Amino acid sequence: MNEFEQQNLAEQEDTLKGKYLTFYIEDDCYGIAIRYVTEIIGVQPITEVPELPEYIRGIINLRGKIIPIMDVRLRFKKPFLEYDDRTCVIIVEMNEINMGLVVDRVAEVLYIPDEDIAPPPEISKGHNRYIQGIGKVGDDVKLILDCNKILTDDEIEQLLQL
Amino acid sequence: MAEDFMDESMLEIFLFETEQNIEQLENIVLISEKANTYSEESIHEIFRIMHTIKGSAAMMMLNNLSSLAHGMEDLFYFLREAKPQNVDYSALSDLILDGIDFIKSELEKLKSGGKADGDVADLNEKIHSCLTRLKEENAGVVEAVATAEAPAAAEKAEKQPVSSSKKAGELTGYEAVIYFEDGCEMENIRAFTVIHNLQDLAGEIFYEPADLLESDDSIEAIRQNGFKVVVYTDKSYEEMHQFFLNTLFLKELEFRRLESTDSSREAEKPDAAAGTAEKVEQQVQTASRDQDKNAAGSAATQSMISVHVAKLDKLMDLVGELVIAEAMVTQNPDLVGLELPGFQQAARQLHKITNEIQEVVMSVRMVPLTTTFLKMQRIVRDMSKKLNKDVKLQLIGEETEVDKNVIEHLSDPLMHLIRNAIDHGIESAEERLQKGKPEGGTITLEAKHAGSFVLVLVKDDGRGLNKEKILEKARRQNLLTKPEEELTDKEIYSLVFLPGFSTNENVTEYSGRGVGMDVVVKNLEVIGGTVSVDSQEGQGTVFTLKIPLTLSIIEGMNINVGKSRFTIPVTSIRESVRLAKNKLVKDPDGNEMIMVRGECYPIIRLHEFYQLPTEITDLAEGIFVMVEHDEQRLCLFADEILGQQEVVVKSLPSYIQKMHRVRGIGGCTLLGDGSISLILDIGGFIQN
Repeated sequence: MNEFEQQNLAEQEDTLKGKYLTFYIEDDCYGIAIRYVTEIIGVQPITEVPELPEYIRGIINLRGKIIPIMDVRLRFKKPFLEYDDRTCVIIVEMNEINMGLVVDRVAEVLYIPDEDIAPPPEISKGHNRYIQGIGKVGDDVKLILDCNKILTDDEIEQLLQL
Repeated sequence: MAEDFMDESMLEIFLFETEQNIEQLENIVLISEKANTYSEESIHEIFRIMHTIKGSAAMMMLNNLSSLAHGMEDLFYFLREAKPQNVDYSALSDLILDGIDFIKSELEKLKSGGKADGDVADLNEKIHSCLTRLKEENAGVVEAVATAEAPAAAEKAEKQPVSSSKKAGELTGYEAVIYFEDGCEMENIRAFTVIHNLQDLAGEIFYEPADLLESDDSIEAIRQNGFKVVVYTDKSYEEMHQFFLNTLFLKELEFRRLESTDSSREAEKPDAAAGTAEKVEQQVQTASRDQDKNAAGSAATQSMISVHVAKLDKLMDLVGELVIAEAMVTQNPDLVGLELPGFQQAARQLHKITNEIQEVVMSVRMVPLTTTFLKMQRIVRDMSKKLNKDVKLQLIGEETEVDKNVIEHLSDPLMHLIRNAIDHGIESAEERLQKGKPEGGTITLEAKHAGSFVLVLVKDDGRGLNKEKILEKARRQNLLTKPEEELTDKEIYSLVFLPGFSTNENVTEYSGRGVGMDVVVKNLEVIGGTVSVDSQEGQGTVFTLKIPLTLSIIEGMNINVGKSRFTIPVTSIRESVRLAKNKLVKDPDGNEMIMVRGECYPIIRLHEFYQLPTEITDLAEGIFVMVEHDEQRLCLFADEILGQQEVVVKSLPSYIQKMHRVRGIGGCTLLGDGSISLILDIGGFIQN
C-alpha cells in the first residue's frame, strides 16, 4: 500500500514538474513553480501587524490558519495599487513557511521545459535577484521567480535599511 | 520481511497503546513500592499489562519485547498464584522498572524509525533468576500451588519448539477452519495472532497455509479456503471452541474434535483432514451474537477513546470555518432592511450551537499536566534511592490543563530541574538534621494559571543557592556584564542559566556537567516560555517556568484602535478608566501620565505606539485600560472596548516571528466573526 502511495506521489511530482503558474504585475508576466502553490484566493480583509516592512501587508485567516500576506508589487519596489476584484492572493508553501502573495492578476498554468529557461542576464544584479530564470513561451517571455529568495532573502534588505 | 507487515498506522497504534500501558505499569509499581507491598489487584494488573504487551509485541514481530514481557508475566503469574510471603519487593520493583526502561527505549527506537534490536538476554536472565530465587525462598507455598502451576508450564512451552512441549498421549486434537470477515485486511497477520495466542493453550499446532508471514499469497489462500488450524491440547472442547469464537473479525467458524489416535496424527494434518470426520458447523449467527455481546460489555467499561491530534487540529479549523460561514449568512448584506423575525430566531439558535461547538472543540485539546507530573515521581524515586537521600515529591495543581503541544516540551526541563534540586539542592540527612530541618527533603511541583501563561513551580526546601559561589564562578568564567555591586539578588541567581555555568564541582551521574540549566532555557524557548529563579539561603530554591498557552484558551478583552483590534488577557487588566475624573500629568520630557486615586501611571497611546490611523486621538474621547505586569502598571489608550470573550491563542506565522519581533504582541487570535485580533503581551510594553 505504501509502495502504491509512493508511486502515486512520484507521479504527482512528475506532473508538477516544469509547470508554472503565471501572473501579472503591471505588464510583466511572472511565473512561479506550481509545486509551491497551495491555492489561489481572492483578496480578503487583511489584519495589519505593526512594525513590519511595508511589503508585508499583514495577516489573514485562511480557514483557521494564520497566513502572512506579502504584496509582490511593494516587494519589487513598485507603486502600490488599490486592490480590486482581479487582485489575487497566491498561497505558497515552502520549507513549512506559508505565505500569501498579492498579485495584480493570475494568468494561467504553463508548461515550460527546463531547456526553454535561460539564466537571468547578469548585468543588473541588484534588481533581479528574485529572478531564477527567464522562460520562453512562443514569443513571450516569463520571468521565473525564485520562491525561496522572495521568502527568505531579507538580510540584504535589512542591511540596506541601516 | 517483517517490516513489510509493520503497517504505519498499526505501528502507531502499537506504540501508543504500549506507551499507555507502560505508563500505567510504572505508576502501579511506584505506588506499590511506596506501600512496600504489592496488593493482589496490582499484581493482577501488572500481569494483565504484561500479557497485553507480550501479545501486541509478538504481533508486531518484536521478539525481544515479547520475550521480556513474557518473562515478567511468568514472574507475576507466580506471585499471583503462589502468593509467596518472603518477597524482596524493592528488588522486584527495581527489576520491573529496569524492564520498563528497556521497553521505553525500544519504543523510542521504533518511533524514530529504527528497529527494536536491544538485547534482552541480560534482563531475561535476571528475571529468571529472580523467579527461581522466589521459588526457592518460598518452597513451601510452591508445593501447595503446584497444581495451579500447570497452565504456567504450558506457557513456558512457548519458548520451546511447539511440537515437543507435552506428552502427546494426553492431548485431544481439534480442527478449526476460520473464515475472516470480508475486507478485514491482513488476514495472514490475524491468523498469526490466533496461532500466537494458541501457543499459550495448546501443545501441538499445525496450520495451513503454513507460510503465513513469509508470502503474501497466504492472504489470498485464507480468503478463499479459510484458515485451517489443528491443535492438540488438554483443554476441553468448550474451552477451545470459545477461544476460536473470540477471534477478531470472525465471519464463520468450523470446529470439530479429531477422533484420531497418535499413530494417525500425521495423516490428520489439515489438508488431509478436511471434510473427513464429523463436522460441527458453527453458523455465523451464533458467532456474531457472541461478538455483539462482547462488544456491548466492553463499551460499558470503556468511556475514553484516544484521537489523533491531527484530527483535532482539522476539526478546530473546520469549526473556525463554520463560524465564519455562519457570520456570512446571518450578517449577509442581502438581508439588510428586511423584517425577518423567523429567520432571526433561527439564526440566534444557530449561533448558540456554533458557539457551543467551538467551546467544546477548544477544550478537547487541553490535557491535564497529571501524566507529566507523575513521570517525575519516577525520577525522584530513582535518584533518592541512588543518592541515599530521602526526598518526597509533592504535587499541586496537576489537574491544570495545558495544550497538548505544550505538554510535550515540558517534561525535559522539569526533569532537569528536579534532578538538580535533588542532587544539589537537598542536603544529606545529617546536614538537614543539624540545621533543624525534617530529615526528608520535599520537592514541590506546582502548576497554576496566570493570565495567558501557566506557571510551573519547582520548589525545594534544600540549602538554597549560594550567592558568593555563583559570583565567584561567574567571575572566573567571565560571565559578568555589570559591576558586581549593581547586581540584584535575582540577577545573581539568573546567572546560573547562562551556558557553561555549573556551580557543582563534581560531575555526578545526574547533573553538574555545565549543561542543564541553559538546556532548560533553550527547551522552554522553543515554546516561547521563560524560566526564573529565586532562592533563600538555607531555605530552598524556587524555579518558576512560565509557559505560554499557545493554542490554549484565554479570557481576553477586545479593544480597537482605528481599524485594528487587539486582545488583552483579562488577567493582566486591573481596571479601565476614562480621563474625565482623572488628571492628566505631563513630565518635562512630554511623557504623559494619568493620576488615578492619587497614583500616577504612564500612558501608552496604542495608536502612536503602533502608528495606526484613528480618529480618536483626544485622550478624553477614548478609554484607558490599566494593565499590570510584574507589579508594574501602565495605562494603554485605546479607542473603545469591544467586549470580553474566550479566545484561542495562536502564534504569529513563523515568517513574521523570524523577520521581526513586534514589540508588545504575543500572538493573535480569531474573533467570532473570523477576523484576526492581535494579542498584546503587556511585558513587551513595560520593557520599553
